[in-house]
Amino acid sequence: MLSRVARRIYWMSRYIERAENIARLVNTYHFLLMDLPRGTRAGWEVLPVITGSFPVFNERYTRHDERNTVKFLLVDNNNPGSLVNSIANARENTRTSREVLPGQAWEEINELHLYASAHVNDALPRRGRFDFLTEIIQRSQQLTGLLAGTMSHDEAYDFVRIGRNLERADMTTRVIDIGAMSLKESDESSSLDVHVWTSMLRALNAYQMYRKDVQHGVNCADVVGFLLQNDYFPRSVAHCIDQLEESVGDLPRHMDTLKPLREVRHRVAHIKPEKLDATTLHAQVDKLQVGISSIHELIRKTWFD
Amino acid sequence: MAIDWKKYDPGECYDELISTPGYARAATRNLAAWLRSLTDEELQLRKLDAELAIIDKGVTFTVYSEGENIDRAWPFDIIPRVIPIREWRKIEAGLKQRLQALNLFINDLYHNQKIIRDRVVPKTLISESKGFRQECVGINPAHKVWAHICGSDLVRDSDGTVYVLEDNLRVPSGVSYMIENREVTKRILPELFENNNILPVDDYPDRLLEMLQSISPSRRARPEVVVLTPGIYNSAYFEHAFLARSMSAELVEGSDLMVDKDDFVYMKTIQGMARVDVIYRRIDDLFLDPEVFNPDSALGVPGLMRAWRKGNVALANAPGCGVADDKVVYSYVPDIIRYYLDEDPLLPNVPTYRCNNKQERKHVLSNLESMVVKPANESGGYGMLVGPQSTAKERNEFRRLIRSNPRNYIGQPALRLSTAPTLCDHNLEPRHLDLRPFILQGRDTYVTAGGLTRVAMRRGSLVVNSSQGGGSKDTWIVDNETG
Repeated sequence: MLSRVARRIYWMSRYIERAENIARLVNTYHFLLMDLPRGTRAGWEVLPVITGSFPVFNERYTRHDERNTVKFLLVDNNNPGSLVNSIANARENTRTSREVLPGQAWEEINELHLYASAHVNDALPRRGRFDFLTEIIQRSQQLTGLLAGTMSHDEAYDFVRIGRNLERADMTTRVIDIGAMSLKESDESSSLDVHVWTSMLRALNAYQMYRKDVQHGVNCADVVGFLLQNDYFPRSVAHCIDQLEESVGDLPRHMDTLKPLREVRHRVAHIKPEKLDATTLHAQVDKLQVGISSIHELIRKTWFD
Repeated sequence: MAIDWKKYDPGECYDELISTPGYARAATRNLAAWLRSLTDEELQLRKLDAELAIIDKGVTFTVYSEGENIDRAWPFDIIPRVIPIREWRKIEAGLKQRLQALNLFINDLYHNQKIIRDRVVPKTLISESKGFRQECVGINPAHKVWAHICGSDLVRDSDGTVYVLEDNLRVPSGVSYMIENREVTKRILPELFENNNILPVDDYPDRLLEMLQSISPSRRARPEVVVLTPGIYNSAYFEHAFLARSMSAELVEGSDLMVDKDDFVYMKTIQGMARVDVIYRRIDDLFLDPEVFNPDSALGVPGLMRAWRKGNVALANAPGCGVADDKVVYSYVPDIIRYYLDEDPLLPNVPTYRCNNKQERKHVLSNLESMVVKPANESGGYGMLVGPQSTAKERNEFRRLIRSNPRNYIGQPALRLSTAPTLCDHNLEPRHLDLRPFILQGRDTYVTAGGLTRVAMRRGSLVVNSSQGGGSKDTWIVDNETG
């Protein structure tokens, strides 16, 4: 397959996953804030911080309130990673690689794009937000399912999986990082922590699976352990990297990428969540993020250039 | 009731559906009866279904306007245009004959130019042609075929005669819309397929692939065929992607290809470099190879002409075949057919007056009100004068243009294009249309079953180009005699 097409499929997949993640993140935060007592409420600007777009956000808006943050994350044209831009980018990448994707994928993503552009403004006030974001999440998952169920699991599909899992691993580390930040802000473990970590689980659709896996309640070490190391949960960093290893291993000329991938996997396995405090957790997550972005670089060099 | 056929009146034009008000033609009887059985509401619902299907499928074309590319939903009228199979078989034979003769002609022009030495066509045809490429002289493409894919525009005059209006030999487009139109019709009018024997159109991509493989220079069992596109901003990109996908061929851009030191063409893949045997190129000659043609072209591939001249890669259509896609050459096609094939043309040309001939020019200049004047080398309906609908000012402008560059213009009597019922707002009204079938020639020759019917959506208008507000219809070749 063409290098250019591989690149576009990879990005299509990353952008679909990103749109879904942004939707889930905003949705979760929206509900978390309602549960936190007045005064302790963390600001909305934590969301641009985790999506890595705080500098742009800060430049664009002086008031970091709910309305501006949600607008920035969902619809702002100046935010390259906004939900609407992510979907537009996914659509453009699909449009330019239609010959390798199932015809229906194009139809679905085209509809997703039309839906998002037509209704995103409904999500700016609180009242319409849930419906819009839920619809985006559902449609993104539908696309992921459509690709899994109708596309040959050949090399092109390997790039779909690589894009998806890399984006997922990246998002999971960022969500853990918000957890770490809010730990730093509050003193000791309070009842608030339970809310925060529950929300983090929800942001990754992990709450139910976590409860199944971890018998006692929600606490920092168990949540971090689950989100980083669980072998079976599809959004845990360990699982994403296992999937990456599998897909990368299918591709020609994979050795340069496989080795560092295994190193990151090794590092994940050796983190001891019960021994981490806010600062060391942040440092560990930071290292993982550097590892993940170096894998992106290797993928680019090996197959896209 | 959606329509009272007695009130549907195409005037003096030939109508594709009815013969006289109230009477459907034999091949369209089922369609006419079915339309009559629908209420206005039902018809509107089908129209809505079609619009939704087109948006959902993302069938678009790109319009370049005010510095921006705008993707528009493909304009489609739900009422099919019907042609009886017996008539179609004759048209089909005429189209094959035409393309075979044109290919012999192009091959001759790039070799001995016998047809000029025998004074059938004048030497100025080449010396003043925009499409003749010195770089192609002496090259021998497989099967001596240069124009592998041709889209010829057909029109029907008021007496029912079908004429060839022009032959598009460079990078004709529209065939994907022919296939998509059929898919939409199957979705929205499924019941009509029960009572009519309609020839399928979706074998085109297979035939195209077969043809492209038949011109491969390599002996590999599965030659590597690619579609070369200028990219997503080209107005026909939708079609490039469609064809590549339906042939399972790679859709490449210039930057995906390179010509190596061995003068073979390679594409950049995740495995590394892979050799390419056949390129179905959808970019113009002048952008193909910056080393030979336009040096600023970022769309092409440096060294491509060298690889082609050495016979290491096949290009479809071959560079230089545009020499025959010229409205002055068009006027000689009947002579060209007689000269090479020793046969009479099966399909007539529209009578054509060449402005570089003094007498013919005089005729055009003094009859501008009743003529259509076209530049020799434009496409897409640009730069034309439609006499009957022109103003005195426009006619004066064309008088000036013709006098200053007579070689560049031809005149044709304005035909009364045939009509077919078209859903306009709430009524079925007659609208003018044409037909673009696609002809393939490699080892064998093939013609699509029908083609793309384009329809002028404004009352009385003769301009069918989608870039200028034209629409389209599904085209049915109906065989109700054997069914």
